[in-house]
Amino acid sequence: MREFLVFVRKECYHIFRDRRTLLILFGMPVVLIVLFGFAITNEVRNVKIAVLDQAKDTYSRQLTDRITASGYFTVDRYLASEKDIEPVFREGEVKVVVVLPPNFGHEFYHGRKAPLQLLTDASDPNTGTTLVNYANAIILQYQQEMTGKVTLPLTIQTASRMIYNPSLKSVFLFVPGVMTLILMLVSAMMTSITITREKELGTMEILLVSPLKPLTIIAGKVIPYIALSFIIALTILAMGFWIFGMPVKGSLLLLLLECLLFCLAALSLGILISSLTNSQQTAMMISMMGLLLPTILLSGFVFPLESMPKPLQVFANIVPAKWFIIILKDIMLKGAGLRQVWQPTLILGGMTLFFLVLSVRKFKTRLS
Amino acid sequence: MSKAIITRNLTKRFGDFIATNAITFDVEQGEIFGFLGANGAGKTTAMRMLCGLLKPSSGEATVAGFNIFTQTEQVKRRIGYMSQKFSLYEDLTVKENIRFYGGIYGLSHQQIKSKTEELLGKLQLQQEAGQLVSSLPLGWKQKLSFSIAVLHNPSIVFLDEPTGGVDPITRRQFWDLIYEAADRGVTIFVTTHYMDEAEYCNRISIMVDGKIKALDTPAKLKEQYQAASMNDVFLQLARAKPGENNSSS
Repeated sequence: MREFLVFVRKECYHIFRDRRTLLILFGMPVVLIVLFGFAITNEVRNVKIAVLDQAKDTYSRQLTDRITASGYFTVDRYLASEKDIEPVFREGEVKVVVVLPPNFGHEFYHGRKAPLQLLTDASDPNTGTTLVNYANAIILQYQQEMTGKVTLPLTIQTASRMIYNPSLKSVFLFVPGVMTLILMLVSAMMTSITITREKELGTMEILLVSPLKPLTIIAGKVIPYIALSFIIALTILAMGFWIFGMPVKGSLLLLLLECLLFCLAALSLGILISSLTNSQQTAMMISMMGLLLPTILLSGFVFPLESMPKPLQVFANIVPAKWFIIILKDIMLKGAGLRQVWQPTLILGGMTLFFLVLSVRKFKTRLS
Repeated sequence: MSKAIITRNLTKRFGDFIATNAITFDVEQGEIFGFLGANGAGKTTAMRMLCGLLKPSSGEATVAGFNIFTQTEQVKRRIGYMSQKFSLYEDLTVKENIRFYGGIYGLSHQQIKSKTEELLGKLQLQQEAGQLVSSLPLGWKQKLSFSIAVLHNPSIVFLDEPTGGVDPITRRQFWDLIYEAADRGVTIFVTTHYMDEAEYCNRISIMVDGKIKALDTPAKLKEQYQAASMNDVFLQLARAKPGENNSSS
């Protein structure tokens, strides 16, 4: 036990003396959360549009006001003719052009059918689609208001409500995502790097010649990083809570235990990587390509899994991050307890056990 | 227990390649035993087997009276090891390194404290005790490395090319440390390819292509091969069978 404590202390010296890495480890989650929370957002707000109003009547003006009043769009300029449309898009500021034909009001009121054109900059297809949907919704609403007095023979009234995230805040998705990413990064990458560093420096040989048991070496290496991961996880949760109002509806204890489970999975992956290679550089590359990319791309963090091709969806099942994000979201947003998340927890636990056994065995065989 | 190391037909194969081929030798307690050979002759492999870093393919060996196959735990407690690479933690201070290595060998707080004083005094490093090891010159690092390898009073210490890249004066000082340890009864098992260092050993063995080609005191070897220096002895043996420059280690 004393040997173990001595080892942990040494490991802490390594961590705290390497100021740059420490800064990155603590700086990155903060930067990522702030970036994802404020800057990178799927929400539409104050998008600049241009209006080509050829009708200039009451209805066309009303509609334009409606569009701007929503808060999603602001009118950047009014266009004089169709020739202006192309240059406006070229400039890139304006994302949507609304074209109201002459006689818009007349046709709307008397012809009962008014054409209207929405031109959208679709060089970013996701944004393009979102903008069209938003604009359509506003126009539809306006139309309903105008025709509201007339009762249609049959109507379906949709009353939609966004539960768990009523205001559609994208930060609710990013907090669990960033947490997953950072825990994976700290636990897996840092562990694999710190073990391979000992190999590169030749100190691992000395440790293996010493009476230290391989398990003591592994535990001594890993436990300081578990502590570090925990502090970082708490930081992210605190930021999510106080800055973005991200709730933790479920039990905080359960949440932290799940974090521990995920950390263990990531750490054992880190140990596994370090047993594959002797160089820090390779270890870093493998962690990046083999762990971080799937964590970002195949966990449902950035891209929804449901819209992926079947093979990728199947593959995503072996990415521990996928299950962890499900658990996090369920606990934080839906207030789920163990009874609701036992399934992903079991899967994650199984994976952890598998990796842990595999990595400890691998590590031992390096000794002989 | 007068024999520190006994090996009988100790062999290590890596696939088809035989790194050490049935080596047999004894090392007496308190002796300085030189283990010579060209790069890739199998010295490091042999040493690693004796330290428990590699599992031998066949043969038998005991280190400090314990079987290296079955009693690795006991062997490890009784040996010290210094590898080719400089192996202290550069981002730890001199004192922290001593405390760490003492700690993993199970020395008590008191023991470590007195050992640290003694060691710093001997190496005249009191001033640098709180400095990071990375700031020390290489020669000092090597001496510190050796002192740490014998910190827990091992009965045998294995040195794998300990003086690589060190100037002759520091090398001489390093050997003073080795002699001092040997005087206290520590068996020294040292690999080197500096032939002047070979002369400092009580007995030396010369390995060529995985086999021990010669084993005796430096004086007797020179006599046997009618050579003026150990360098000539070594060249005669190494050139006897040219070709095959398989590298292992």
